[in-house]
Amino acid sequence: MDIQMKRGLLDVCVLAAIKNEDSYGYKIIKDMKPYIELSESTLYTILKRLEMAGLLTVWSAEHGGRLRKYYHITAAGLKRIDDFKEEWREIESIYRFVTREDARR
Amino acid sequence: MNKQEFLVRLQQGLAGLPQDDVTERMVFYSEMIDDRVEDGLTEEEAVAQVGSVDDIVAQIIQETPITKLVREAVKPKRSLRAWEIVLLVLGSPLWIPLLVAAFAIVLSIYVVIWAVIISLWAVELALALSSLACMAWGFMSVIRGDALQATAAFGAGFVLAGVSILLFYGCLAASKGAVALTKKVALWIKSLFIKKEDGR
Repeated sequence: MDIQMKRGLLDVCVLAAIKNEDSYGYKIIKDMKPYIELSESTLYTILKRLEMAGLLTVWSAEHGGRLRKYYHITAAGLKRIDDFKEEWREIESIYRFVTREDARR
Repeated sequence: MNKQEFLVRLQQGLAGLPQDDVTERMVFYSEMIDDRVEDGLTEEEAVAQVGSVDDIVAQIIQETPITKLVREAVKPKRSLRAWEIVLLVLGSPLWIPLLVAAFAIVLSIYVVIWAVIISLWAVELALALSSLACMAWGFMSVIRGDALQATAAFGAGFVLAGVSILLFYGCLAASKGAVALTKKVALWIKSLFIKKEDGR
């Protein structure tokens, strides 16, 4: 897959993983695992990028005698997911157009 | 590999990155391992799942902009130089007079050594000249026919000549000593600079 495209898709995946409730690194990876494999390093980069873009915020809480970082989606992050859904409709129609050519043959 | 070993190796691998970035990465991976252990894995298994340090380091370095790495590589040197410049500028009212004073001290050491030598030679010259003057006075007294005065003048002349001859050798030895001392002082000053350079 095109790197630029995959990056965009993974961004949305991570945002979706924290959409309903705040989550932490390992849980995000576990939740995504049935759909897409994500390495720690890749997740770190994505989280950093999303934080910089203001799509999520980070907060720390004590857990079992240590600090754990939780990620909270922002309004901009939620909008990013909605935008993705819109974009996907466009992509779907492009896909239909592309495969229609194939179907004619 | 246990968690501690993993983090130490990660830190070593990321040595070229800014310290804040390294710390943040280590906190992140530490949490990832802890969460896996909490999930029922052993520490070794958790570390194995997180992946090999070499691969992680390679990926991080790859993702880090080259400008950041270069900046980090030249940073210590540059900041040190800036520090030195700031120190030199701020300290100039202090170190310039101190430097002048140091030169003055060295110069005064030379002046003192050679002043002693010059005064010795001046005494020597005075003795020799007075000896000659006494001799001249003696001859004049002989011409005038004053035997007593002539004897006293010649006596004083010879005594002065003798002392001046003795002092001549003394002056010569002192001059040689002064030259040797000057060389020693020069060597000492040089050794100060060499010590400074070693210390840097």
